Amino acid sequence: MAPHPHPGIYLYIVSAALFILSLKWMNTPSTARRGVFAGEIGMVIAIVATVVVNHIFNWEWIIAAFFIGTAVGIPIAYIMPMTAVPQRTALSHACGALAAALVGTAEYYRSNYLHEPLQTFAMVALVLETLLGFLTFTGSLMAMGKLQEVLPQRPITYRNQNAVNFTLFAIAAALGVRLIFVPSDTWIFPIYAGLALVFGVLLIIPIGGADMPTVIALLNSYAGLSACAMGFALGNNLLVVAGALDGSSGLILSIIMCKAMNRSFTNVLFGAFGQIQTSHAQTQQRSYRSASAEEAASILESASSVIIVPGYGLAVAQAQHKIRELYDSLMRRGVDVKFAIHPVAGRMPGHMNVLLAEADIPYDRLWEMDDINGEFAQCDVALVIGANDVTNPAARTDKSSPIYGMPILDVDKARTVMVIKRSMNPGFAGIDNDLYYMDKTLMLFGDAKAFVTELIKELPAKVGA
Amino acid sequence: MDLSIGLFVFMLATFVGLEVIRKVSPLLHTPLMSLTNAISAISVVGAILITGAHGATMLSKILGFVAITSAVTNIVSGFLITDRMLKMFKKREEKK
Repeated sequence: MAPHPHPGIYLYIVSAALFILSLKWMNTPSTARRGVFAGEIGMVIAIVATVVVNHIFNWEWIIAAFFIGTAVGIPIAYIMPMTAVPQRTALSHACGALAAALVGTAEYYRSNYLHEPLQTFAMVALVLETLLGFLTFTGSLMAMGKLQEVLPQRPITYRNQNAVNFTLFAIAAALGVRLIFVPSDTWIFPIYAGLALVFGVLLIIPIGGADMPTVIALLNSYAGLSACAMGFALGNNLLVVAGALDGSSGLILSIIMCKAMNRSFTNVLFGAFGQIQTSHAQTQQRSYRSASAEEAASILESASSVIIVPGYGLAVAQAQHKIRELYDSLMRRGVDVKFAIHPVAGRMPGHMNVLLAEADIPYDRLWEMDDINGEFAQCDVALVIGANDVTNPAARTDKSSPIYGMPILDVDKARTVMVIKRSMNPGFAGIDNDLYYMDKTLMLFGDAKAFVTELIKELPAKVGA
Repeated sequence: MDLSIGLFVFMLATFVGLEVIRKVSPLLHTPLMSLTNAISAISVVGAILITGAHGATMLSKILGFVAITSAVTNIVSGFLITDRMLKMFKKREEKK
């Protein structure tokens, strides 16, 4: 499969450079679209170089596949609502991994059919490629099912789960090693592939819905690495480069997600995450203050700075556009409004930013946790909408809390805190939030969208007064 | 391919990747992921080589066909949805 020494091969270098530039231009929103363009050009060059350099046969198959892929891809890109982007991402990890796994499978059978055994290192790469490819394929489909809520959100656990997973992985690894040394044992391959597929499922089922941001990032990394391994198996450096870029991107994002949830990286690698034991919330009655939309509106109006803390609950309630109206209305009154975005707000890294950008909230109003935490102390009102654990001061103070050590938004330092919430029930993790019982906290009970709508209605009534 | 050259390329690309990605604003992490997804669909190159090889078996053609379809789906939907997301990121217009 080694490409013939054809000058067209140098086009791969151009293509690799464009991919690197493409990611580099993603560093700020002003150049990001140029980055997409560079990536597109890089991809076209790579495909053209491939068909120019190599003698390609079976065009009817290739063109038909391109046609179908395009016909499927365009509607996915345009119809998918922004709230469903995490599912689409999981699906595309699955597709990418499947492609890598199938190419590896085809390459394996081809070499056996032609009695041209692959070199040992190519076989190592092929074994890794198919393992990562198949497990990422089923794992990503499971993640997609959880995100789409077709599958149960809560972790599915059973006794000796880790032991079962480990045994299965050990068998797969042993078969993989056997394949490397005796590639002609073709009967092993289907068992090996099957185990990888099953392992992908087992890896994801014990993970809860709240941990999906980490899982998605990790699967991203795996999908990249399987493409990279394909590069080694086929002797193609462009695949190695593109796969390594994707792999390192997924790695960085999963480390960021781990840090944001205070999980260790090893914990994630062994798939043991999502197993945090939730302590049962104390049921003792604690007193809290609640307020009506009218009262809340008058406090917001007289504030000079407001920080809004959005969580995924906001997207569930489809309240983004109402939040934008609230933002407009307050900004018009001279109130300085900022949004504080926790890294795990949303279902995948950066998801909340996309949801707010879709509602036309300018991105220079969206602040990252580390940049805004110092500002809470000077802000008049912190308005928490659909976020819970990421605002819980217990993460800073209470060593016995399951979320102790997790970086949080220092909402409790604001002069007044308002929390829009359906009821006093503890959130997803089942942890009571001390923030709600502070003297300066006002609980605003109701559905996020409905309550914000009421707030907006209360605001103009006061403008002339 | 020479294994050592391949590993060299891998090592360098990983470091470049880590450095470049670390500088990406967290604001854009979702579009970043869909972009890298599209880029890693470069595996379409491998799929074309497998499908288009001289004397490819029926098995190769079928597996290659599915692989190209999946990869092209990722390329098309990945680049388009990234651009669609990025178009939504706007700065505040200076008025009012």
